Amino acid sequence: MTVAAETPVHRSRRRRSRLRQWTRASVPYLLILPAIAVITAILGYPLYKLVVLSFQQYGLPELIQRTGVWIGFDNYASVLRDDVFWDTLLRTVIFTVATVGLTIGLGTLIAFLLTRVSSWVRVLLTAGLVLAWSMPAVVAVQVWFWMTNLQNGILNHVLTEAGVGDFAQHDWYETSFSKLAMVSLLIVWDAIPFVTITVYAGLAQVPRELVEAAEIDGAGSLRIFRDVTYPILKPIFLILTSLSIIWDFGVFTQPYLLIGASQVDPSNYLMGVYVFIEAFGQSDFGRGAAISLLMLLIVAILSVFYVRRMVKMGDVR
Amino acid sequence: MSAVAPRPAARRRARRRRIGRLAWNVVGLAVFVVVAFPVFWMVSTAFKPDDEINSFTPTWLSTEPTLQHFRDAIARPYFWDTVKNSLIVVGAVVVLSMVVAFLAAVALAKYRFTGNKLFVVLVIGILMLPQAGLVIPLYVVLARYGLTTELMGLVLTHLVILLPFAVWTLRGFILGIPKELEEAAMVDGSSRLGAFARILLPLVAPGLVATSVFIFITSWNEYIFANVILTDQSNQTLTIWLSYFYGTSRNIDWGGLMAASTLTAIPVVIFFLLVQRKIAFGLTAGAVKA
Repeated sequence: MTVAAETPVHRSRRRRSRLRQWTRASVPYLLILPAIAVITAILGYPLYKLVVLSFQQYGLPELIQRTGVWIGFDNYASVLRDDVFWDTLLRTVIFTVATVGLTIGLGTLIAFLLTRVSSWVRVLLTAGLVLAWSMPAVVAVQVWFWMTNLQNGILNHVLTEAGVGDFAQHDWYETSFSKLAMVSLLIVWDAIPFVTITVYAGLAQVPRELVEAAEIDGAGSLRIFRDVTYPILKPIFLILTSLSIIWDFGVFTQPYLLIGASQVDPSNYLMGVYVFIEAFGQSDFGRGAAISLLMLLIVAILSVFYVRRMVKMGDVR
Repeated sequence: MSAVAPRPAARRRARRRRIGRLAWNVVGLAVFVVVAFPVFWMVSTAFKPDDEINSFTPTWLSTEPTLQHFRDAIARPYFWDTVKNSLIVVGAVVVLSMVVAFLAAVALAKYRFTGNKLFVVLVIGILMLPQAGLVIPLYVVLARYGLTTELMGLVLTHLVILLPFAVWTLRGFILGIPKELEEAAMVDGSSRLGAFARILLPLVAPGLVATSVFIFITSWNEYIFANVILTDQSNQTLTIWLSYFYGTSRNIDWGGLMAASTLTAIPVVIFFLLVQRKIAFGLTAGAVKA
């Protein structure tokens, strides 16, 4: 303090202003420092470990001794030569396309429905959607399981009563296809509310005059959707679709629990389940790590678009 | 005569529109029934006596509702233990992630600095990582430091998974505050920190509440990491407890299962109803404008 008083005023002021400039510039870095530290420590190191593991023989003995044996690309070679990997990948892609298609399609239709109904129906339907949205995945699985069980599931009863056919004792989990179809339906039910509510919010941003002008010009509702509504909603659709693809591609909880831990096998694996079983069922962490990395890589490619879009949004305006 | 002519046509159009609306309302109600039915069926089953549940002709709403299934579910081993564990994990995750995320969100929303794009890419990138792909390395690393079977291990895992989401949503909320307000406070002579504390904090408080509730919900619901990390029965979370409810027995206690499901879902549903509008805004804010 006394030192500062002795130096010439202008020098001290300049130094102080430089100091202030310097502190001001360092503020944002100090602010993100804790976040960076957490991410590096808890995620960065494991990710590095994942890469290392994928080049190692790493089973239960190695987990206990905490050292793996370096085996180069053997894990990758064995995974890429394995039919289970390619079958699972193809199955997951088909599953993802079907689930995302249904989610976005139905979600959008319901959003349009919301614009057509009276306000009390709109309030009711929105409440129902939010209720479905709020169901925890594990709870949703249990409820689904109960509704579709073959002995006295309500689904079989309703279908039989409605005259769709004889569904008494119908087993919805008989084949791999039907198992995955049930998983897909469960996820669609869970995911539609987010899509509907987001698209509905987006629809509110479509200028009424544009739609009315198109109506006066004699455009049908399909034409209006294609030429007026869709171009305005396009960014929302792109974000929703890429988010859904990324989520559904890596889904784990629903297939693992609905199909049942004792029933998941190579004929109904999805990528998330496959990785999990490979590591924790077969206790082959090295091979599991190789599959994980391949999976992360695929998702990374899928999400490049999304990340770029979000970064653009992230610019301080 | 000709001046009056449009009237019946307009009336006809109005009537057609009313019939159209009626048809849409019917469709809307049908969709409502399909969407809400699983939730209704869960609650309705939870209150039914066993003979109604196991009957082949279902009852929609029980004529003699019972609380027996709820009593049974609560009396099951480890119910209160797992509730306590869930609350500990969720509490720690909410506090830690909100503090860390808020600081980072302020940096992103209020400052221009070299490397901010890189940080955004990092945040969004982590948000995109499939959790199933991260289970192995996190498990192996946690095992190395003896943090598996420990609640602490799960807290750290949830923290790193939820942090990016929290940063991103909070950034959206902070951006929503008009810059002029903050500037006006600074012109009035308060420092940047003073302006921050008196203007920014109160305005962003609803966003903080919404984000922390959403983190509460996600952490409460999380399954895969809790399942892998907490292997000791007495040390699990409520979600895992519920997933083991029916075990392997063939005679499933459906009433108990639905009562347990209802109990697990209740805190989530309550909090969710409170904040969903805000979160939907925070996640997609700027999507249309961009």
